[in-house]
Amino acid sequence: MEFQAKELFAKHDVPGALGIVATTPAEARAAAEKLGVCVVKAQVKAGGRGKAGGVKLAKTPDEAEEHATAILGMEIKGLTVHRVLIAPAASILEEYYFSFLLDRANRQYLCIASIEGGVEIEEVAKTNPDAVKQIPINPGTGVDEAKAREIVAEAGFPEVLVEQAVTLVLNLWKVFVEEDATLVEVNPLARLEGDVLEALDGKVSLDENAEFRHADHAQFEDKDAADPLEAKAKAKGLNYVKLDGAVGIIGNGAGLVMSTLDVVAYAGEEHGGVKPANFLDIGGGANAQVMADGLDVILHDVQVKSVFVNVFGGITACDEVANGIKGALEILGDEATKPLVVRLDGNNVEEGRRILDELNHPLITLVDTMDGAADKAAELANA
Amino acid sequence: MSIYLNKDSKIIVQGMTGGMGSKHTTLMVQAGSNIVGGVNARKAGTSVELAGKDLPVFGSVTEAMKETGADVSVVFVPPAFTKDACIEAIDAGIGLLVVITEGVPVQDTAEVWAYLNGASNHGGTRMIGPNCPGIITPGESLAGITPHTIAGTGPVGLVSKSGTLTYQMMFELRDYGFSTAIGIGGDPIVGTTHIDALAAFEADPDTKAIVMIGEIGGDAEERAAAYIKDHVTKPVVGYVAGFTAPEGKTMGHAGAIVSGSSGTAQAKKEALEAVGVKVGKTPSETAQLMRDILSSM
Repeated sequence: MEFQAKELFAKHDVPGALGIVATTPAEARAAAEKLGVCVVKAQVKAGGRGKAGGVKLAKTPDEAEEHATAILGMEIKGLTVHRVLIAPAASILEEYYFSFLLDRANRQYLCIASIEGGVEIEEVAKTNPDAVKQIPINPGTGVDEAKAREIVAEAGFPEVLVEQAVTLVLNLWKVFVEEDATLVEVNPLARLEGDVLEALDGKVSLDENAEFRHADHAQFEDKDAADPLEAKAKAKGLNYVKLDGAVGIIGNGAGLVMSTLDVVAYAGEEHGGVKPANFLDIGGGANAQVMADGLDVILHDVQVKSVFVNVFGGITACDEVANGIKGALEILGDEATKPLVVRLDGNNVEEGRRILDELNHPLITLVDTMDGAADKAAELANA
Repeated sequence: MSIYLNKDSKIIVQGMTGGMGSKHTTLMVQAGSNIVGGVNARKAGTSVELAGKDLPVFGSVTEAMKETGADVSVVFVPPAFTKDACIEAIDAGIGLLVVITEGVPVQDTAEVWAYLNGASNHGGTRMIGPNCPGIITPGESLAGITPHTIAGTGPVGLVSKSGTLTYQMMFELRDYGFSTAIGIGGDPIVGTTHIDALAAFEADPDTKAIVMIGEIGGDAEERAAAYIKDHVTKPVVGYVAGFTAPEGKTMGHAGAIVSGSSGTAQAKKEALEAVGVKVGKTPSETAQLMRDILSSM
């Protein structure tokens, strides 16, 4: 969110007013009393806040309170606004766009800059693509002062701003590399009265894989917005995404689970249009506890009517998975009430199937193939 | 024949003494791989017995290559040390570098990739991964974690982003078998791409047909489609996972995310079909498409 991006900007000396975060209209009023003329801005992880009425100028503390009352609780692109940022109003001469990002396709980084700024950069890119400069950056050499000067020259910043822009580019580069970001965006980057360059708004996307070297990034996690089942799964270390359907899915390996979602959706077309309820990848070491944790999350999803456990034992042994299901049902006891369709293949499959056959649990149906099992799970969810 | 890996490949393991490393080194030996040693600076000069084989531990990749003639390294070191392990192997001039490690920061991979393409890469190292199951040439060698028991040798070349979908597809087509199956990994940046593997399979006389498995995110499949149109004469069958994935949610792999109109499974399927690649709706349908092709050859 904006105020979090601004904290990271401030940490690396990127000029721009931090502003004050408020969660109530009274706090917004207090902030406005300190800052004078200010802008009240909705804090959600979505673009188009201004268009949605989530950004308002307040000339007085009264107005700030009034705007905060209207904006707090508002929905922007399905996200509820829980916080507003009260930022000092700036008198803007010009608006620019600037970002560093990961360029997947070319396996390098990219700097995108435009002095035909600001907010509607997508529009500029369409109507006047030459005004949007794209400068590739070699991840091995990065951005030093010479590269920063090259970027500033290519972007065409006004002469009077060049030195400020070079420093700003170097500091934004520090945000990108030192924080392990995949995107650092300033939009708008503003030329204020008196020819001062400031980051008025920004966005930073951080690489989750790099969390181990950024203990302080945990604070940026958006706990309010997370779905309660997603939050529960995350607390248990599960790779889970809540979806909207009735067939709970557990599988091993991201690709196989994505494929399972598709196969269930296709099968659902024959069974009243039922859809998958979630993505859950239990990964390589699927022991009883992981399976129990996974089932626990899925069975507490009130939309779920049946569960499809789809495991191909590569490294994972099917007997461990079977014991996991058995253990999970023991741990869950009476809480387990929804039918489970299980498909096992691969490593130790005979032993895995034998364990489940022997268990002879009334909720479990074993099916030999992925397609057959998806069909069965969809049928049960539509029953 | 095969691509990248064969019975003559001499393999070392970086991180062989760790939990994952020792477990999978054992499995690689059992698969018939010629594992010649491991690397761990702190345990240099010792040896480890895995699957009945006494494997020496060397202080560096350079030393291991000098002593054993190794030309392949498989990396199991934790994410925080993966970048350094890769750069060490590239500096040593290893031929094939297979990075199994999951959870490597993408900037580390970007730096390794830049290094690999810079003047420092004297040995012309090829990297596979990170976050991948590695590569298997059934009946000859395994450099990675793919179970060697799923399928034997045969005419199909397989390239996939996903590990378990590699296993699933090998299982579906076990009646035909594989020349080589390679999992390139699901991270936003990987060393070997679909296109690299397609080019290698096209040039491999023992590969008669190719299965290409993709998933949502990025545009690697679209690029592969453009490559197939101009450069691949062998039949290719495709599969793309993630038709039902919603926008903006990462589906397990760091690279598997649909953002805006790009990266969708539908767009990838259409791009592949436009160049004559038959695309299955499910793994089993994809396998059947391949079976139809093979039975008419």
